[in-house]
Amino acid sequence: MTDPRWLADPQVRRGAVITLLITLLAAIGPWLAPHAPTAMVGPVYGAPAAGAPLGHDFLGHDLLSRLLNGGLSILWMSVAAATLALLVGASLGLLAGFSRRRLDQAISWAADVSLAFPDLILVLLIVSMLGRAPWLIVLTVAIAFTPGVVRLARGSAVAVAGQEFVEAAQMMGYPRWRILFQEILPNILTPLLVHFGNMLTWAVGMLSGLSFLGYGVAPPAADWGLMINENQAGLLVQPWAVLAPALLIGVFAYGTNILAEGIGRASARVVEKQP
Amino acid sequence: MNMPLNVVDEVLQVSNLRVELAGQVEVLAEVYFSLAAGEIVGLVGESGSGKTTLATALLRHARQGARIVGGHVKVAGQSLLELEGEALRLARGGLVGYVAQDPATALNPALRLRTLLGETLLAHQPRLSRQALRQRIGETLVEVGLPADDAFLRCFPHQLSGGQQQRIMLALAFVLRPRLIVLDEPTTALDVTTQAHVLQTLRRLCREHGVAALYVTHDLAVVRELVDRVMVMYAGRLVELAGREALFAKPAHPYTRALLAAIPDVASRQPLQAIAGQAPAPGQRPHGCAFAPRCGRRRAECSVIEPPLLTLDGKHQVACLLPDQEPRHLAGAAVEPVSVPNEAVLLEVLGLDVAYDRQVLFDVSLSVKQGECLALVGESGSGKTSLARAIAGLGENIQGQMRYAGEPLAATARHRAARLRHQIQYVFQNPYRALNPRQTIGQTLSAPLAHFFRVRGGEARRRVEAVLERVSLPARVADLYPHSLSGGERQRVAIARALICEPKLLVCDEITSALDVSVQASILALLQRLQAQGLTVLFVTHDLGVVRAIADRVLVLRQGRMVEQGSAEQVLDRPADAYTQGLLAHAPSLGGIAGGCG
Repeated sequence: MTDPRWLADPQVRRGAVITLLITLLAAIGPWLAPHAPTAMVGPVYGAPAAGAPLGHDFLGHDLLSRLLNGGLSILWMSVAAATLALLVGASLGLLAGFSRRRLDQAISWAADVSLAFPDLILVLLIVSMLGRAPWLIVLTVAIAFTPGVVRLARGSAVAVAGQEFVEAAQMMGYPRWRILFQEILPNILTPLLVHFGNMLTWAVGMLSGLSFLGYGVAPPAADWGLMINENQAGLLVQPWAVLAPALLIGVFAYGTNILAEGIGRASARVVEKQP
Repeated sequence: MNMPLNVVDEVLQVSNLRVELAGQVEVLAEVYFSLAAGEIVGLVGESGSGKTTLATALLRHARQGARIVGGHVKVAGQSLLELEGEALRLARGGLVGYVAQDPATALNPALRLRTLLGETLLAHQPRLSRQALRQRIGETLVEVGLPADDAFLRCFPHQLSGGQQQRIMLALAFVLRPRLIVLDEPTTALDVTTQAHVLQTLRRLCREHGVAALYVTHDLAVVRELVDRVMVMYAGRLVELAGREALFAKPAHPYTRALLAAIPDVASRQPLQAIAGQAPAPGQRPHGCAFAPRCGRRRAECSVIEPPLLTLDGKHQVACLLPDQEPRHLAGAAVEPVSVPNEAVLLEVLGLDVAYDRQVLFDVSLSVKQGECLALVGESGSGKTSLARAIAGLGENIQGQMRYAGEPLAATARHRAARLRHQIQYVFQNPYRALNPRQTIGQTLSAPLAHFFRVRGGEARRRVEAVLERVSLPARVADLYPHSLSGGERQRVAIARALICEPKLLVCDEITSALDVSVQASILALLQRLQAQGLTVLFVTHDLGVVRAIADRVLVLRQGRMVEQGSAEQVLDRPADAYTQGLLAHAPSLGGIAGGCG
């Protein structure tokens, strides 16, 4: 569902380029890495030198190789978590916003209650109890994000569901799924996509936070969040070991964020042009 | 503060006013006119003609993206366009008052009336004592016909009726004693009875205080009741300026004539003539006369020479190379309503009650015969829309019986058989929200085909094109999204969506109230054509002129109860009920039997 009008916006283009570059780096990085991520090839906290442009980390791994290997896990996990939250949350929110009455009350109540619970605490709780398998982490992050999507989708759907073209569809007797997904969904897609971009940003932050706290990807696997945690002791000796992964996470978060914001602004402009 | 009257006879002088959008796109140009003290002048034009742009330019305001690039606006001797900062702030309101279209949104809902009026006064006269303030507010409220007691002043705007809100707007404008007042369609949201009363008040205030008023409207009938002179605007230029009587008796510009011919009049049933084509958008002004492409009297020179505004006689000015000198024939060939040969009852409603948080319909019964057009008339809050929605299957909390072609009709569309759902169709009031903005017209129109008749692909495409042709739209519209269509075109698409379902009964809920008169005329003509082809129409409206133009029978609703029912001639010419008589007396008319001047 890409709209060519969005790409005319410079901010959207900038965000898309940054996001794509980091994704590309993470995706093909493992093949470019000079060393295996777990091979100890140099001195502990070795400074940048010829053959190791970024130096070595706390166990003497080549930092560049670990950086090139450590992006994929955090990226696929954040995309998977945000997508899952979007699919589940949007469906529930649409249903609540269109049906009103009791179903709406039940869904909205559940969403409100879980919104009141801090995300990170919820995720930490589940992961510390059930283990740190990647799919489980993705699932818990998605669970933490879903109530927000439900609220957004419901609110937008209520505004659209009151419009006459939806009533016309009801009057024709179109099936409910059809009204939800063909009449209402396309009209609330823009806020949802913007929210998806935001969730991507939050997911990257939350996943690296989890790794930093020791609940994310298990060592010795390479992961940007984990690397910040592993190397913090040597921050003064070999700052690159912490700064480089932090920088990459930050740039990716920035890219997805301005992409989402740009899409929101650009499509608001498109709508404004309509009388 | 009261300035002596008639010091300057001409309160407003506008010369060579020009407003542009970015990129030198002209919205308004070559506007010259003047207003005398105490005079009310109507500014008439269809949407997009630039009338609101002109109105706001008199307050030295241009909407976002537009700019006043040239000309002079002199109000009581002051050059408004040269004012800046504090002087401009004081001139707005103090010198030129403004009354907005919709009082419900123009009044700050969080402020009590006392605060609303008080802060307006204090913003202009900060040294006013509390005593004087209270006195001025009281006087003004009495003048606009509102109570001035403490209880009333403690009200919030939402506690007032629409008519009272509009009177508050008048009070807000008049409390500062401006020399000129600009009113932007101030009564479009009001019922005819309320409208008539508000207009009377306005007229009296302008006369008493010697205030000049510019009354912007698209409704020529209102103008007829209220104003002294009329200015007609088309594509950003004034095309005709005339005294009220001269304009209605001898309109000289073909556009004015076409506008008058497009307005359905409550006094007599006349064939409505839509104006062919569309008004040019800003920046797409044709060479020569802007109206020439749509004009029946066009000659070769019309598309070359731009006609200047010339004086015809006295105060009658017209911008046309071939002005029409003939008087307009009034109530000429009255058309007989289509006779209804088929006597079978198609729809029957028996003892219908509808209640939301309060009851809106009480024991309403009606029957619609096959092939006839029944008009459902009532003011806002009469329950006419609730009744129409109940018939269409969109209602809630309905009690009573409905029968369609002899069978019982379920209250909600969900419980109706598919056959009934496609035979009873509903067209919504607001064409801007009736079409899904994310679907092309073709998608919107072919969805019911697949749903009801399992028709897809090439056959569906053919039927979509056929139905578009029936509503006089080109086939290429099928590939467009709603936002690239005008309001009238959208309403045609909405009607096409109903027609493609092969309906027997078409329920139309005020389908022309959001449209310009020339567009309304073409939509009404379309409905008449469809009715002649055998379609039964239930037409909900508050406009008695429209009723006269299309209805065979009329049902009048008041506060949820039926007050009168009968053939159109009977109800409109010999109303039995006092309420109907009142409605007819207040209905603005273009002249003829009914409707006197306020």
